[in-house]
Amino acid sequence: MATILEKVICVTCPKGCTLEVTLEGDTIIKVENGCKRGHEYVHQELTDPRRMVASSVQVKGGLHPLLPVYTSAPFPKARIQELLSALRQVEVNTPVKMDDIVLRNALGTGIDIHASRDVKEEAITS
Amino acid sequence: MSIKDRYDVIVIGSGPGGLAAAISAKKNGAKDVLIIERDVEPGGILLQCIHNGFGVEIFKKDLPGPSYAQHFINEAFSTGVEFLLDTMVLQITPEKRITASSKRHGFVEVRTKAIVLAMGCRERTRAQIRLPGTRAAGIFTAGTAQRWVNVEGYMPGKNFVILGSGDIGMIMARRLTFEGAHVERVLEVMPYLSGLTRNYVQCLLDFDIQLQLQRTIKNIIGKKRVEAIESVAVDKKWNPIPGTEEIIPCDTLLLSVGLIPENELSRQIGVMIDPITGGPIVDDSFQTNIPGIFSAGNVVHVYDLVDWVTEAGLTAGKSAARWVSSGSQTNAINLPVRAGENVRYAVPHTIQPDHLAEGDIRVQMRVRQPIEKPVWVEVRSGEKLLHRKGEPYARPGEMVTIPIKQKLMDEVKSAKDLTIAIVER
Repeated sequence: MATILEKVICVTCPKGCTLEVTLEGDTIIKVENGCKRGHEYVHQELTDPRRMVASSVQVKGGLHPLLPVYTSAPFPKARIQELLSALRQVEVNTPVKMDDIVLRNALGTGIDIHASRDVKEEAITS
Repeated sequence: MSIKDRYDVIVIGSGPGGLAAAISAKKNGAKDVLIIERDVEPGGILLQCIHNGFGVEIFKKDLPGPSYAQHFINEAFSTGVEFLLDTMVLQITPEKRITASSKRHGFVEVRTKAIVLAMGCRERTRAQIRLPGTRAAGIFTAGTAQRWVNVEGYMPGKNFVILGSGDIGMIMARRLTFEGAHVERVLEVMPYLSGLTRNYVQCLLDFDIQLQLQRTIKNIIGKKRVEAIESVAVDKKWNPIPGTEEIIPCDTLLLSVGLIPENELSRQIGVMIDPITGGPIVDDSFQTNIPGIFSAGNVVHVYDLVDWVTEAGLTAGKSAARWVSSGSQTNAINLPVRAGENVRYAVPHTIQPDHLAEGDIRVQMRVRQPIEKPVWVEVRSGEKLLHRKGEPYARPGEMVTIPIKQKLMDEVKSAKDLTIAIVER
């Protein structure tokens, strides 16, 4: 079978190394450049691409109307839009603590969605 | 909260640089430490940077901006740092009297022994890049749009063109796509990406957003609201190439065209500013030319990573605390650190060789031109090579770091100056 050389830019850290991957069909034969984490990334990227997702949900009673949230682990790339739709339905109340779970087991992936920060309950002022 | 009228250290700004400086000042013995912040809550711009990618070096984790800030906000409160929020500093004198205006406290006057300037930076605006066209609604800096979308809950438009391939621009392209908008194009005047490569992959490539290099905006079209922009290809000297124009329909234009350290206060005190970085000239303790006035973070030069801003803040805060406890060190020798071949600038601008007794001194720089092959980063004293470090490449978008090694102390002490250069291997 013919081998294909594919270039994959690693997004694991800010270095952004270009890894050269030799493929035979779907099988990875060789990975050049990059570090150990980069090689893990290539295997993941070519079999099941995932990304960290950060977005926001509505929060009641805080200084601002939005609470920033993020995925506890990289989320399947193909299902990101579906996740964002689910997050649009979420509304939480203050007080919120950083890392509170705002959506458990999102879309059945086993990945929880966490609050990125504290939001205090604001005293109502006139 | 009541404010005292005298402090050991006052920090201006509660972004990552300011929080780190205040915590570090406190931990290094400063008794009364106050942060003055103009926003209603501490955290700075990190609060609107809800994307991941923060803390990889310090926490060995991939955190969103608000989480990164939260760790330091919590630590600042637990170490006893005081905050004066929703307060704008109006004036600082070289004698370290600070006047500020606060909705809650009115006109505030405080005195302090040391100051850390940590005001961060501001975005370059349309006027600063002289963009022609009408003054239609729908033209924003990327950071303003970021604040609206991520904090305040407003969408600035539906169809976007983004000028500039800086990180904020690319991250906003993804963010707006997440929120249902369409990003028509990202235009970059330079022949290379100005942000990090990984943001190109996960913000543009992932969502099929087109990036065009060496193109800029020739005209903004639309009376009340932006209706389209006219883009044009440019040559290496940024001259428009006739015949390459393209009309791109859109209702909103975002500008991600660079950041400028915010140094109005610094200038007013008499702090010397490096014309290249736009930030204060500092030594390796992040002290400015005015004894007892320190400066750290993006107000000095624009960093790639928040982790490095925190580290700069920690150093500045520690230096400020020491300055308070020991009094001024006016007899210190400052050795100039010069930018050599292919180095646009290097920070710190000077080092005190004696500080090498405590460990390596880190010098950070930006290159002039990209070199897509292995390079040496060199530290020289005159013609003599003191130390060099290999890097696989050097790109203007990615800051380069080299330590001045502690073991070089004797050679550094006998040097007249140090030159940092980046050459092909």
